[in-house]
Amino acid sequence: MPIKIVVTSVLVDDQEKALRFYRDILGFELKHDIPMGQHRWLTLTSAGDPDGVELLLEPDEHPAAKPWKTALVADGIPATSFGVEDVHAEHKRLSALGVAFTQPPVHLGPVTTAVFDDTCGNLIQIAQRH
Amino acid sequence: MDLDLLFRALADPTRRRMLDELAERDGQTLFELHVRLVSWHGASLSRQALSKHLQVLEEAGLLRTEWRWRSKHHFLERSPLRRMWDVWMRPLAEPPEKETGDADQDRRDERAGR
Repeated sequence: MPIKIVVTSVLVDDQEKALRFYRDILGFELKHDIPMGQHRWLTLTSAGDPDGVELLLEPDEHPAAKPWKTALVADGIPATSFGVEDVHAEHKRLSALGVAFTQPPVHLGPVTTAVFDDTCGNLIQIAQRH
Repeated sequence: MDLDLLFRALADPTRRRMLDELAERDGQTLFELHVRLVSWHGASLSRQALSKHLQVLEEAGLLRTEWRWRSKHHFLERSPLRRMWDVWMRPLAEPPEKETGDADQDRRDERAGR
């Protein structure tokens, strides 16, 4: 069997807050929530795709994590990118829920992208392929 | 206004393109500006190089930066362009209409060997 991408992660400053954002606002579904010491093994999957790639909401407690995240956010650089069918519709939906965008939908070559703040110290890009 | 700084800033095609991109959508982050330059213009330029270009433009007064929450956004400053035009370019490009004085006529005659 080839090596598969099973889990990918974002470094979050607070797992509980991250769960609320990624599940309740973005619409991902909880897959695992396992206590691990002072933190949790907390993963979500895309809505309707419980066997798909899991997103791990990983604590950013390493001392190098915060300066790194801060520098990325300062330059507007997203920590990761998710796919959507309609960037404009998502921009509208998320804005109505109070999500702050650093970049509204912009058409760039083969994709339209937008970038928003995940409230956990990251910028996240959403992209729609044409 | 430092004309030398302005002309130096504008002498680079990448920097002029950056101003064009900001004119299209003002208030971009470094990331957005970089993606735009790379995807529309095929510029092979690093974010670090872009960062230096931004600094040159800012020092010339052609853009200003503003922190929104924790991200830095870049805005086009048009006033130095207008002042360049008013102070130096317009007088050259559009000299005030004046009657051809005798002195001018004499000089032309001289050059023509009359």
